[in-house]
Amino acid sequence: MKTLRTLGLGLILAVSGLFISLLFMGQYTLSSATFENFITQNNITSSVFIKDLEQSVVDKEFSTPFYLANTIAEAVESANTYHKANKEWAQVIWTKPHSLAYQMVKSSGTGIVVQNKRRLWFLSFGLGILGALLFMLPALNLKGPPGIKNNHIFHSSATNRGWIAWLVFTFLILFYLVLYFRPSYMVNWIYLVDPISESLSGNPASQWFLYGFLYCVIMTVMAVRMYIKYRHNKYQTLRTTSVLFFQIVFAFLIPEILVRFEKPWYDFKNAFPLDYDFFFRWNLNELLDSGGFGLFILVWGIALTLVIVPVMVYFFGKRWYCSWVCGCGGLAETLGDPYRQLSSKSLLSWKVERWLVHGVLVFALLMTGLTLYGYFAGTYEVLGIKVQTLQDVYGFLIGSIFAGVIGTGFYPIFGNRVWCRFGCPLAAYMGVIQRFKSRFRITTNGGQCISCGNCSTYCEQGIDVRAYAQKGENIVRASCVGCGVCSAVCPRGVLKLENGPEEGRIGSSNILLGNEMNLMDQLQDK
Amino acid sequence: MEHIAIIGNGISGITAARHIRKLSHKKITVISSETDYFFSRTALMYVYMGHMKFKHTQPYEDWFWEKNNIALKNGFVTQIDTSQKTLVFSDGEQLEFDKLIIATGSKPNKFGWPGQDLKGVVSLYHKQDLDAIETFAPNNSVCKHAVIVGGGLIGVELAEMFHSRHIPVTFLVREQSYWNAILPSGESQMITNEIRKNGINLRLESNLKHINADANGRVKSIVIAETGEEIDCDIVGLTAGVSPNIGFLESSGIETNRGVLVDRNLQTNIKDIYAIGDCAEQRNAVEGRRPIEAVWYTGRIMGETVAQTICKKETQYTPGHWFNSAKFFDIEYQTYGWVNSEQHLKPNEAHFHWMHPDHNKCLTIAFDKTTQKFLGINTFGIRMRHEVFNRWLDQNQSIDYVLEHLQIAHFDPEFYTTYYHDVLKKFNSEHNRNLKLKKKSWSQIFTLKS
Repeated sequence: MKTLRTLGLGLILAVSGLFISLLFMGQYTLSSATFENFITQNNITSSVFIKDLEQSVVDKEFSTPFYLANTIAEAVESANTYHKANKEWAQVIWTKPHSLAYQMVKSSGTGIVVQNKRRLWFLSFGLGILGALLFMLPALNLKGPPGIKNNHIFHSSATNRGWIAWLVFTFLILFYLVLYFRPSYMVNWIYLVDPISESLSGNPASQWFLYGFLYCVIMTVMAVRMYIKYRHNKYQTLRTTSVLFFQIVFAFLIPEILVRFEKPWYDFKNAFPLDYDFFFRWNLNELLDSGGFGLFILVWGIALTLVIVPVMVYFFGKRWYCSWVCGCGGLAETLGDPYRQLSSKSLLSWKVERWLVHGVLVFALLMTGLTLYGYFAGTYEVLGIKVQTLQDVYGFLIGSIFAGVIGTGFYPIFGNRVWCRFGCPLAAYMGVIQRFKSRFRITTNGGQCISCGNCSTYCEQGIDVRAYAQKGENIVRASCVGCGVCSAVCPRGVLKLENGPEEGRIGSSNILLGNEMNLMDQLQDK
Repeated sequence: MEHIAIIGNGISGITAARHIRKLSHKKITVISSETDYFFSRTALMYVYMGHMKFKHTQPYEDWFWEKNNIALKNGFVTQIDTSQKTLVFSDGEQLEFDKLIIATGSKPNKFGWPGQDLKGVVSLYHKQDLDAIETFAPNNSVCKHAVIVGGGLIGVELAEMFHSRHIPVTFLVREQSYWNAILPSGESQMITNEIRKNGINLRLESNLKHINADANGRVKSIVIAETGEEIDCDIVGLTAGVSPNIGFLESSGIETNRGVLVDRNLQTNIKDIYAIGDCAEQRNAVEGRRPIEAVWYTGRIMGETVAQTICKKETQYTPGHWFNSAKFFDIEYQTYGWVNSEQHLKPNEAHFHWMHPDHNKCLTIAFDKTTQKFLGINTFGIRMRHEVFNRWLDQNQSIDYVLEHLQIAHFDPEFYTTYYHDVLKKFNSEHNRNLKLKKKSWSQIFTLKS
């Protein structure tokens, strides 16, 4: 068993090495035919740009994508500077430099990677999955019979902010920075999933397809870990299956298949304001141009946020979304599960959390309000603010940096729900409903709590569960995503997630805590 | 301003301090020589096992005490001058008080075994015990074998701890079956099996004769009384129960027996001096309970009670119906009311026992043979709702009523399989009855609240 585990670890390390060396493989030649084709298709009229690239890159061979991408991006910038100085607005290239560079680089690859997409896919993804499974499956035997086995979590450098954690942290941060801001640097990874993308949507893969695919693979593999770890706990196995299903089917397969049928790419479970660009001009236009189906998406999206989400939160708490449906939650509950104990439980964090998460919600609503006003009033500027600028700021700060780089990158340091706890505007919206108008609560079992602190330690949302449990009070906090792990790790059977009548929802087992004799006093005091 | 001194910063002392603060502006000083801040000793095992860090065992952040104007003092009280109302510390310092609460908890029992104070002999009660265990048993190369003496709840915790670091464990238990003075035989057998299933070498009907030392005065081996067998080991855990930690009271004039003797208001023989928690002994045991109960929640209740007495009006300690819980490796245990072992069966006490075919879940219900009154329930591997059982005990419900309504008391997480149909089937066939399981109903679960 231990040998299998070591073998698995070896494979994972080898595959990681391969993944990293893949970045540097292959040759890149932007042929004149491809270049001209690109120029025509994208309506690029900047002669400065065209001349610049014709001299510096076209028909030349490069051995990595980095230099090529940077040259193209720089060409865009210097051409734009020139045109803007000369007020030649028609010739300015509005596509972001590195998006444009990515598209060109993607179509210039030649050599080993492009010629061996399937073989290399197997060696990287295939063997990586195999290695991960070999590493995890022996836990069935090595970690003993089913039950909570959190042994050595705080002794391991991977799960207690040791050097492995910092290594993973660095890797994740770099990955997200490249994904969002320099996609052409990972073009070789994207080639590997071209065949899969083509079989689904008919198009070659983009960086977002790679991300979606990787997301599904990682969630699936780490879901296997969850199934092993919580094989005694049906709540955990069911909700793991649920998030996995919604990720693979709703966030990955359906949108790609929609594209194949020339419909807009849409994730039916991604509710506004998490789906922050739903009301952006380009999206509304695309939906309205897509006939009855587009209109259906529009109505569905609005109903999801205004009706379905609040009604479901009323009956089941926000867990129905955060721990059963959501993609961000899905990653947090699979890839992020080993890191849940790292969330801060201090009062200070709670204060920061409330300001931040509600701040993001207000920002999202303001941005959307101005966007819609601009859309209906037919203007690009509202109250002297360029709507586009506001959207760009939100997209950069919240959509990319907060949700991606920080949200996932910080898993190994600040726990697996950084985004969900501090940043997600949808979570903030549902939290308000959950706190004030919901049937959901975590019931505390009378006086059984021994204040051991397992519940608080393993709360990914940083809720000090014990503070409530030891008082015999139920937990009705806005931030609770209902993952159910506090209940799972409790050694004394104290906590139960349930949906019950609103009356007595917070409860307090004063009688069971020894205040029995003072009931009359308490009544008189009040 | 009245000064309340509290000796001991465990659950009892800290609960008293918190509630006195809630109810008054009195000056409060909490004294401890164990740790600077309150921690949950119930979680020490999880620190060693790596489930938590020590700071996670502290329910309040460090700023809490100053913010709530509760002074914490690190010191060891050697003497109490009751006439001058003064505490004397080991370093000679003195502290005057107006009212004193003794909450010094327990200390592990040692029964005069030769070698019981050697290096490498540990217990599992104080923070210092955790440090010692970490020193003597950091891993299975330094500590090749561990021996545990005494078959209570702490013994199993210690076994689980060593097991988590892959240290082979020999567990000496006096009884014929684990904890069978407390548990009915079916349950005791199940836990015995659970301990063995986890690879612990459980030696029943075995007592410690003596502990041998090596040249450096460290534990080398132990000898079993019954067989004379010598077992090499690097650490010995003594877990044969606890007794009140009251040695420092000897010449104080405060009346003691095994513990500090208190009346129902938790006051000692001396006015303005109270004792709570594990170290307190009721002069007349509260109905259905032992005079000394070293249980987490009774310490908490006594802390609240004494705060009421000191700040508002004389209040009696009223712990309500007995309940408790524990965990044996992967099997959780809860109990409500009284279910006695065969050895201590009350007259007229009868049992109904149900065991899951997999032998990892079971329950036992105690009832009165004549009146059919429900007396108590033990569950293993099934969680039950405290409030519901407390209410049924208050209402003197019958075993029939309890069985039919088990669904209402169910507290396992959502989607868990329930076994109450099987339970009723077994009862019906054993007692020739036709009881039917009632459906779960929110209004019945929460009647207490509405």
